[in-house]
Amino acid sequence: MIPGAFDYHSPRSLDEALSLLKQHAGDAKILAGGQSLIPAMRFRLAMPAILIDINRLNDLRYVEERGDHLAIGAMTREHSLEDSSIVKSSYPLLHDTAVVIADPLVRNQATVGGNIAHADPANDHPATMLAYNATVVAKGPKGERTIAIDDFFTGLFENAMADDEILTEIRIPKPAAKSGGAYTKLERKVGDYAISAAAVQVRLDGDKVAEARIGLTNVSAVPMRAKGAEAELVGKSISDVVVEAAGKAAAAECDPSPDLRGGVDYKRDITRVMVKRSIQRAVARAKGGK
Amino acid sequence: MSEHEVTLTINGEKVTRSVEARTLLVHFIREDLSLTGTHIGCDTTSCGACTVLICGKPIKSCTMFAVQADGAEIETIESLAAGGELHPLQEGFWEKHGLQCGYCTPGMIMSAKGFLAENPNPTEDEIRHGISGNLCRCTGYNKIVEAIQFAAEKLEAANAGGE
Ligand SMILES: Cc1cc2nc3c(=O)[nH]c(=O)nc-3n(C[C@H](O)[C@H](O)[C@H](O)COP(=O)(O)OP(=O)(O)OC[C@H]3O[C@@H](n4cnc5c(N)ncnc54)[C@H](O)[C@@H]3O)c2cc1C
Ligand code: FES
Ligand code: FES
Repeated sequence: MIPGAFDYHSPRSLDEALSLLKQHAGDAKILAGGQSLIPAMRFRLAMPAILIDINRLNDLRYVEERGDHLAIGAMTREHSLEDSSIVKSSYPLLHDTAVVIADPLVRNQATVGGNIAHADPANDHPATMLAYNATVVAKGPKGERTIAIDDFFTGLFENAMADDEILTEIRIPKPAAKSGGAYTKLERKVGDYAISAAAVQVRLDGDKVAEARIGLTNVSAVPMRAKGAEAELVGKSISDVVVEAAGKAAAAECDPSPDLRGGVDYKRDITRVMVKRSIQRAVARAKGGK
Repeated sequence: MSEHEVTLTINGEKVTRSVEARTLLVHFIREDLSLTGTHIGCDTTSCGACTVLICGKPIKSCTMFAVQADGAEIETIESLAAGGELHPLQEGFWEKHGLQCGYCTPGMIMSAKGFLAENPNPTEDEIRHGISGNLCRCTGYNKIVEAIQFAAEKLEAANAGGE
């Protein structure tokens, strides 16, 4: 199927992109990797009058530690995230996530900024960024501002950015000592969206869980944290009973819809299992394991 | 509606055409450039039959606009048998029976070419991971994996011999 007609712009700088966006606010859409937007346009689910293609903004491609955080440029392709040595060595939750997003061909085009800006609860990065307590950087005509990830996802395919803002960077706090994270996803086949998936990031203090953040994928209309499950972990030492209680809490608080990937009860139970497996791996990693 | 002039290099040849912004790269390749080796197998960015290399990286040409490829270097399946001699990947698919109907084959081969350039000595597992964006409804994949292993060995031997 062929998308509806649109006007195309390919700015060479972020400032040029911002001024085009301001000029056409409401009518224009940003084109990043296009791996969500172009399929939507082919089905005429999206019919933007104007596309502002930001693929020539090479300044927005980087993955590096700066001060107290890992900075990821919005136009970083998933494939570079997967290949990044700093991600491999220090951000296992992010690495787990990058390798299960779509397939290698899609990952050569898809961007991290697009994955988050799209605010699709089926996408994998939202849960991971919720677990990491990441910060989103948005730039608009009035300058740059930061948005806490907890405030970023406001609805199905809706985020906290204004029509004239561009997502430029994602910041993940550098994990403290004795931290670990993991992402576990169940998919029908390679390259598919999750039936359910869980992102877990924990920090241990001695034997006990000092902090825990858990994000869930594709089991709610808006990307969500499993706060009930987090509460089951904090202050406790990890045991099978504690992990099971956290899994059950997540199963109860998520809100999946029945579809081709399964019914509600099935998805809740899979969520329980994904959360448990992620907690176990996250804790093992916090203790220095792989 | 907007028309744009696009200049790109395809299989080593520089071409300039005027395209409507909404023209998908795969349609541009097949219809404007008459290179019909690149296939279309779905409407949902799922099958990989349309895989081409852009600046060496395999991507799905049904999910990119032709206008975005301005200035790019594109390789399609037609570039492989240069001078009529089969590329080691094509030879592998021939020798190991890596195809039945052949519909997925151009995409499979372009995907394999892209990842062998990054990882010339892959394990079986890495090959399976590398082609996981390409669907085949006929072979069950085992023969495709063998074909790519054949090509990897042949390419490695050629490299070793050439140095
Ligand atoms: C077959 C297939 C399978 C997939 N499977 C998965 C999966 O398993 N997990 C997963 O997470 N994703 C999956 N995806 C989605 C893929 O990861 C998308 O690439 C991603 O959702 C969007 O990123 P993009 O760069 O392609 O953005 P685009 O498609 O270009 O844009 C998406 C939306 O975000 C907006 N946008 C993009 N960048 C910015 C920015 N910098 N500032 C402001 N707005 C912006 C666009 O205007 C648009 O509305 C799949 C896609 C396909 C085709
Ligand atoms: S035609 Fe199916 S992925 Fe492009
Ligand atoms: S050989 Fe028929 S689809 Fe692969």
